[in-house]
Amino acid sequence: MDTLLGPFAEFAFMRRALVSTLALALGSAPIGCLLVLRRMSLVGDAMSHAVLPGAAAAFLLAGMSLPALSLGGFVAAVLVALAAGFVTRSTPQREDASFAAFYLIALALGVLLVSLRGSQVDLMHLLFGSVLAVDDAALLQIAVVTSLTLWTLALLWRPLLLECADPGFLRSVGGPGAVVHMTLLVLLVANLVSAFQAMGTLMAVGLMMLPAAAARFWVARVLPMCVLAVAIGAVSGVAGLWLSYAAELPSGPCIVLSAGVVYLVSVLAGRRDGIVWRRLRRTVHRTA
Amino acid sequence: MTSIALNASCTPLQVRDLTVVWRGHPAVHHLSGTFAPGKATAIVGPNGAGKSSLLTALGGGRVDVSGQIRRDPSTRVAWLPQAAELDRSFPLTVEDLVSMGLWRRIGLWRGVGADDRARVADALRAVGLEGFGARLVPELSAGQLQRALFARLLLQDADLILLDEPFNAIDARTTADLLQLLARWRAESRTVIAVLHDLEQVRAHFDEVLLLAREPVAWGPTAQVLQAEHLFRARRMAEAWDEHAPLCRQAA
Repeated sequence: MDTLLGPFAEFAFMRRALVSTLALALGSAPIGCLLVLRRMSLVGDAMSHAVLPGAAAAFLLAGMSLPALSLGGFVAAVLVALAAGFVTRSTPQREDASFAAFYLIALALGVLLVSLRGSQVDLMHLLFGSVLAVDDAALLQIAVVTSLTLWTLALLWRPLLLECADPGFLRSVGGPGAVVHMTLLVLLVANLVSAFQAMGTLMAVGLMMLPAAAARFWVARVLPMCVLAVAIGAVSGVAGLWLSYAAELPSGPCIVLSAGVVYLVSVLAGRRDGIVWRRLRRTVHRTA
Repeated sequence: MTSIALNASCTPLQVRDLTVVWRGHPAVHHLSGTFAPGKATAIVGPNGAGKSSLLTALGGGRVDVSGQIRRDPSTRVAWLPQAAELDRSFPLTVEDLVSMGLWRRIGLWRGVGADDRARVADALRAVGLEGFGARLVPELSAGQLQRALFARLLLQDADLILLDEPFNAIDARTTADLLQLLARWRAESRTVIAVLHDLEQVRAHFDEVLLLAREPVAWGPTAQVLQAEHLFRARRMAEAWDEHAPLCRQAA
């Protein structure tokens, strides 16, 4: 137990990394579950590219100011999410295609804007941090976003699920489908962007999607799935941080790979639809 | 507990010169008439006759319409579309799915009380799904899902009920059970409009028929409409759209 808690007890930066990872797991795992259920699993990665034009525009306007770059990135990602959401709701085009279209437009715009200055500065590296360098401001930001996320999800839980399950019915009874849909997208962007800055894109998207993808192999219902995803995210965070400290490896990939191991185990041995269980069930069944 | 839908009889559902357009072609062409309030009307016709398009327009779905649909704005409408936008893989419980019918009472945040739970249980019993409350939607068969959707309709307590091919690919027993629900709605004077293919069902359970072949062929009491000459005329409608047809100049 001593060696496990050792690095966290000894070093403040490790404690901060742990707290921010746990907060990230808590806030983004439920969103990850909803994305998986709505077949929007690749949207997180798309969003990591959608921040570019905002950051580039902010750079052109305000120079190398981190708050400006962050705000610009957030605004750009929100615009992409809302535009894609709008197209999905008002045309026959599905969510995956509309997201792909708008993030690519945003990415190209960003590349163009960056090229205008002709500088070699890699905006993305400036924008996306590392979990071991989380300062108080970043920690506070993550905590605020996580609290806001959980509160909003609790408040809108019913219409959110209904909008995912049967949007046609919600529309026919005049329910707030569009508002709920857009709220989910804004929460998604808020979680990702604040996590990008603190921890980098890989960790942010990895910790949002992998636990959710794994949880599906253990439970069926939505709320237990979210709770389990949070737990998997937390465990992966602790394990990954500890591993990165012990073996002197970069922390982000270690955390995501820990989650990856849990995912692979779930695919094989998960109680619900895991490969091994399905093989077994083929030969054994009840009489009725 | 029987509830009589009083509002429906006051202002009947009317369509005036209704045309439903799909990419420039008329799915429903200049339809005018009144749906008998408090009665069951069947919409029949050959494939591609615009029956689903008409129902979608009446239910407020996303279609391009010209002309008028007149209806009392306070009418509670329940619409069961043909291929529902329901995500059949989403892990919603049957109880949650059916409880959606209580939306008007509980809205976004009000809790589902013991009263409401009892109503949901009653609705499930009425459709023969007693004890299915905890099951998940992906685990249901087509017939069971259709019954659950009917239970949801029951809870909506609507004055106007629109059913689009409700008995497609459903077994005979489920169909018989659900037709009994229809009888119950007729007894409660709710207006029911259903798109159907089985003319025997129509003859047995529906008061009026609208025979549609893009344009109205006949509309009135069942026995008068379902006659050989009308059916023959409807069958002669061309199914495919004519890319070279001239623009319609028919006056309103």
